[in-house]
Amino acid sequence: MAEKKHTLSVLVENTPGALARIAGLFSGRGFNIDSLCVAETLDPTLSHLTLVTRGDELIIEQIIKQLRRLIDVYKVVDVTEEEEFVEREMALIKVRAEKETRAEVLRMCDIFRCKVVDVSPRTYTIEVTGPQSKLQAVIELLKPIGIKEIVRTGLIAMKREKKSV
Amino acid sequence: MTGAQMIVEALKREGVEVIFGYPGGAVIDIYDELYKTPEIKHVLVRHEQGAAHAADGYARSTGKVGVCLVTSGPGATNTVTGIATAYMDSIPVVILTGQVPTRLIGNDAFQEVDITGITRPCTKHNFLVKRTEDLPWVLKAAFHIARTGRPGPVLVDLPKDVQQGKAEFHWPEEIRLRSYQPVYDPHPRQVERAYRLLESSTRPVVLVGGGVIASGAHEELLELAERLHLPVTMTLMGLGGFPGTHPQSLGMLGMHGTYYANMAVANSDLILAVGARFDDRVTGKVDAFAPMAKIIHIDIDPTSIQKNVRVDVPIVGDCKRALEKLLQIVKEVGRPEKIWREQFKDWWEQIEIWKKRYPLTYKQDPEYIKPQFVIEKLYELTRGEAIVATEVGQNQMWTAQYYKFDRPRTLITSGGLGTMGFGFPAAIGAQMGNPGKLVIDVAGDGSIQMNIQEMATAMEQGLPIKVIILNNGYLGMVRQWQELFYERRYSAVKFQVLPDFVKLAEAYGALGLRATRPEEVEPVLKQALESDRLTLVDIHIAPEEGVFPMVPAGRATTEMILV
Ligand SMILES: Cc1ncc(C[n+]2csc(CCOP(=O)(O)OP(=O)(O)O)c2C)c(N)n1
Ligand SMILES: [Mg+2]
Repeated sequence: MAEKKHTLSVLVENTPGALARIAGLFSGRGFNIDSLCVAETLDPTLSHLTLVTRGDELIIEQIIKQLRRLIDVYKVVDVTEEEEFVEREMALIKVRAEKETRAEVLRMCDIFRCKVVDVSPRTYTIEVTGPQSKLQAVIELLKPIGIKEIVRTGLIAMKREKKSV
Repeated sequence: MTGAQMIVEALKREGVEVIFGYPGGAVIDIYDELYKTPEIKHVLVRHEQGAAHAADGYARSTGKVGVCLVTSGPGATNTVTGIATAYMDSIPVVILTGQVPTRLIGNDAFQEVDITGITRPCTKHNFLVKRTEDLPWVLKAAFHIARTGRPGPVLVDLPKDVQQGKAEFHWPEEIRLRSYQPVYDPHPRQVERAYRLLESSTRPVVLVGGGVIASGAHEELLELAERLHLPVTMTLMGLGGFPGTHPQSLGMLGMHGTYYANMAVANSDLILAVGARFDDRVTGKVDAFAPMAKIIHIDIDPTSIQKNVRVDVPIVGDCKRALEKLLQIVKEVGRPEKIWREQFKDWWEQIEIWKKRYPLTYKQDPEYIKPQFVIEKLYELTRGEAIVATEVGQNQMWTAQYYKFDRPRTLITSGGLGTMGFGFPAAIGAQMGNPGKLVIDVAGDGSIQMNIQEMATAMEQGLPIKVIILNNGYLGMVRQWQELFYERRYSAVKFQVLPDFVKLAEAYGALGLRATRPEEVEPVLKQALESDRLTLVDIHIAPEEGVFPMVPAGRATTEMILV
């Protein structure tokens, strides 16, 4: 069976052990975590977690069931299985910006609608937001210029509302 | 009320009759309350591992939640093996641990250990209580989580200041956890599909697991099996879920299962698995497991389904309710019993051929006591009516093979974790929960030494447990693997020194008996069974006897070594 990337949207009780339990589940059972994002929801007693993992169908089924089995887990949705969903990730990229490359970096920012959020004599720090494919493209193009540091948020995702009535 | 008072009050409201524990600085306030609470019997063990196993044995034998109370730090870590044992076999236990005061947590304070962190992967759930007023709710939730759904151990960590603090006691009569709602009722359409598969099968086998015992589904199972004339095999945890003496019983399957159970499963066209989880000791090489069979899998835990083997009809729900539903359909359709019999006639003929070809058997010896013979005699003399705990190793497998467990909750054994040292303290728990009944621990000379200190506990409580040591002078099961798969290189399995078990028993004030020749077995066992106090029987068995049949680890279950 083919391995596939899956984005899981998980609602958990906002209790101290909950995140440790989820992390422990993945390490203890040998599942992969590509990225993990956690934040509050409108309801302060629940946290929302976006988790990117990979595996074949059976493994993903196990991961989802194992997550649901945790007492603190309220809801798990495999966003990847939804017909349409929006995915976003943000990255901060500190890129070398010497005299001869500054203009090129700015041009790239323009094309990809990135923001320069910090400037120093030798570097620009760029904020880029979008689906992972876009982040990947920006990173690839900036690499030859010289990336000094990169910090990514990990993916977040949401199901699209149905448009037809 | 103080926190300690609230804890004891909560235990009373939960109907707790007995606690197994060991005191220390971090639980002294709770012990002070227990001192004033004669309704709750406290059993003082000699090692906290013993307390956890005893609570577990109490739960396995009674179906009630077992409770264990220990202090922080080393008291808490000493219970971990017991917790993991209960977790692997889905046994409802509540473990109360003391903890350093909340303001010291994280400070490496004296006897501080992050026990919720340590036990996260081996508890169904755990709690660290931070406020006294949360105690009633947390304790109610702990018992609720332990006993519902797929049962399991729940640990509650109780900082000292939380025990000493004061708050009002509000006992929640009902508890509803939005994130924890086990599914009990099976999907009707899935049960219908299961029925249709049964109707169209010609070579079915029922595979009984521990879930049948946990959910109390043994009567429904018996009715279904008899009505449809289905062959039934049990996992180690399922023994007693279906009568071992029943003509339709094929005995245990798997690594040390019977030839005919493994052959039947391997050649079946339909497996009805009830509360079993297809552990590797049962399936052998998974790819070769029952290649022609469709699988119906009833289990309360969705993660068990489709984890190890592909399943055709998954039924998530309580085993008892699922079997009730299935029986209901059987009755509604009203297919005559004769037709079912006719349908499986050839299949039963084949099974009878396998049964005759390689029955469960062993060779008697004029000089050496055969362990199988000891268990057979034990079965005979107790008429199969004892609660039998086991240790782990060959002693456990011989017991599983030769003691025909007819009723649920009569075999108390560590299946999933295979914990040596489990049997004796578990027998203590079982005897506490079943005061009038005969409780036996079948032990190995290795295992019994792992929690031998609990002899004192049993004596103190006046428990007439019978410990039958199948003494081969070896870590026998490991020796057997070395004999078969490591060219008899017996590395670290022979004890150069063994205690004199008879004198040891006497030192504790118990009765010690010994048998070294086959003709001594029956009289010695009789004497033990007639004894009204703790009795330890040292039976010197043939040292290199093996457990057979045996499926080598990782091989197909049809590749059995027979003798
Ligand atoms: C706590 C623990 N340690 C190690 C083992 C590995 N082990 C499995 S069976 C066995 C031998 C048990 O010896 P004994 O109690 O004498 O039983 P026998 O097999 O000889 O009947 C060992 C060491 C285990 N199951 N549990
Ligand atoms: Mg031994």
